Amino acid sequence: MSEAPARGGASPAGVIHDIGYQRYAGPRLGRRYAVRSLYVHSLRTAFGLGRSAKAKIFPWLVVSLIGAVAAVLTAIRAQSGQMLVPYVDFPEAITVLVLLFCAVVGPELVSRDLRGGVLPLYFSRPLRRGDYALAKLAALVTAVWLPLFGAQLLMFLGGAFSVDGLGAVWDEFGDFVPGVLYSGVHAVVFASLALLIASLAGRRAVAAGAVVAVFLATTPVVGVLSALGTETTRQLAALASPMTLVGGVGDWLFVPPGAGTDPARFGPLYGGAAVALVTACVILLLARYRRVAR
Amino acid sequence: MTLIATQSLTKRYGARVTALDDLTVGVEPGIIGLVGANGAGKSTLIKILLGLLPPTSGRATVLGMDPAADAEQVRARVGYMPEHDCLPPDLTAAELVTHLARISGLPRTAARERASETLRHVGLYEERYRQVGGYSTGMKQRVKLAQALVHDPDLLLLDEPTNGLDPAGRDAMLELIHRIGTEFGISVVVCSHLLGEVERICDTLVAIDAGRLLRAESVASMTTSRDVLAVEVTEGTDELAARLDLLGLAPQRDGRMLLVPLRDDETYDRILTAVAELDLPLHRLDQRRHRVAELFATKETVHV
Repeated sequence: MSEAPARGGASPAGVIHDIGYQRYAGPRLGRRYAVRSLYVHSLRTAFGLGRSAKAKIFPWLVVSLIGAVAAVLTAIRAQSGQMLVPYVDFPEAITVLVLLFCAVVGPELVSRDLRGGVLPLYFSRPLRRGDYALAKLAALVTAVWLPLFGAQLLMFLGGAFSVDGLGAVWDEFGDFVPGVLYSGVHAVVFASLALLIASLAGRRAVAAGAVVAVFLATTPVVGVLSALGTETTRQLAALASPMTLVGGVGDWLFVPPGAGTDPARFGPLYGGAAVALVTACVILLLARYRRVAR
Repeated sequence: MTLIATQSLTKRYGARVTALDDLTVGVEPGIIGLVGANGAGKSTLIKILLGLLPPTSGRATVLGMDPAADAEQVRARVGYMPEHDCLPPDLTAAELVTHLARISGLPRTAARERASETLRHVGLYEERYRQVGGYSTGMKQRVKLAQALVHDPDLLLLDEPTNGLDPAGRDAMLELIHRIGTEFGISVVVCSHLLGEVERICDTLVAIDAGRLLRAESVASMTTSRDVLAVEVTEGTDELAARLDLLGLAPQRDGRMLLVPLRDDETYDRILTAVAELDLPLHRLDQRRHRVAELFATKETVHV
């Protein structure tokens, strides 16, 4: 592409072959640059960028669904002035879509490399095993967070135009920021667990199924626990599933006290449980990559 | 400068499996053939050299660095071509090699330029914009070689580069490796279980078996004395060896035989005189064509 036109020009193909090997004398950037490159590459992979049209279908389908929900909510608000789903409730409202996105993108990021035996190509470069795992995790967290953020931004922009006065916009912004932060919590918890599960399976379909299974299989447990038992069991039931666990954290952090939500009393417990879950996932993920593809 | 050196390098997996056993070897820059049967410890050695596995004991030096301590610095200057399939099928060769060049530390533009250039050097032109999944085995091997070469390493470690190739593909790959080692000026270690294949292109051959060093010698030193005399005596082989050594004939022990380089016709007479003087029963004395393979054979199994 950037090659100068072939000498002579009569038989370009033959001449290109004759260009001698050139040693590389430019800069060699270190491990940090390698990790950043892997992160950017993985983030692009998550949305199918730089890849075939087929790889773009699923992520963009989910992204457009999330966008559609946000657009409808914005439109309703513009029409009726009523905010059906506040910012902090938005990630929870579309939690199934978030889960679907994790199930699609998580395996895309790690299972492909496992199945293709690509890891030796990474590990023979100035990059550590842990770097690989963390770069992939960071990419998935970002990939999950971006559509949520985009949707909330759309809602905010729509809302900012439908309220009067700068003060009201500022209030709107005050609601928007916790919503975005809560999306971040959502992204971190979902991505850590999803990536860990995906990293155990080489086949993408199996990995995607496993991700969905782990998230969904725990939901009935919450249902059963909250149906029977005492008030306390009911309030603690949500700990049993990652989806409701995140909800508990959200209620604790972002819903003002006295709003009457169930797990509010055990807020710190939910927060601790979420941190413990993420930490455990990261540790297991690092352990997984310490052993794989030796 | 010594390219690779190991001192008493040992690697055990658990208590029972010993992959490398007290391996001490040093090689100079050039094209090095690392030969041994499957399971001889070639891949383990490569992984230790890359700093991917810690040795159980002993140490290794690559390009003057210790891979156990400075793994990242070593890996920045070394290119590795794995034995098995390792290419994601849904990327184009150009994208994959560019990406891996960046992981090796090349800035964005340099990575793209070097990727195109390297793919051209290994013989991939317009195909590089097609997805790797549709490539033939030969083309895939070339992409694997290109990704090892893209960051202009000082040392290439190639694990069975001719695996799965047809005879023409093997020749082309060996020719390419030879060019890299000579024209490009990059040292290459070629792992293979086929001695006949690598001896054609290598300066140095290192043979390992069951994790132990069989032999490490320059190919030139092996082939300068192309013809050898095989001497076998029914008893007193050691005495004869000592005597011949004293005479400066440089005998090499090979099972029950002694192999003596044939310098001129006088060599015959000197051996016969030595045998007569020691009063040993001579079993055989004949001239043989000296193949590199024989120098590496652990035991002489052919007996006439």
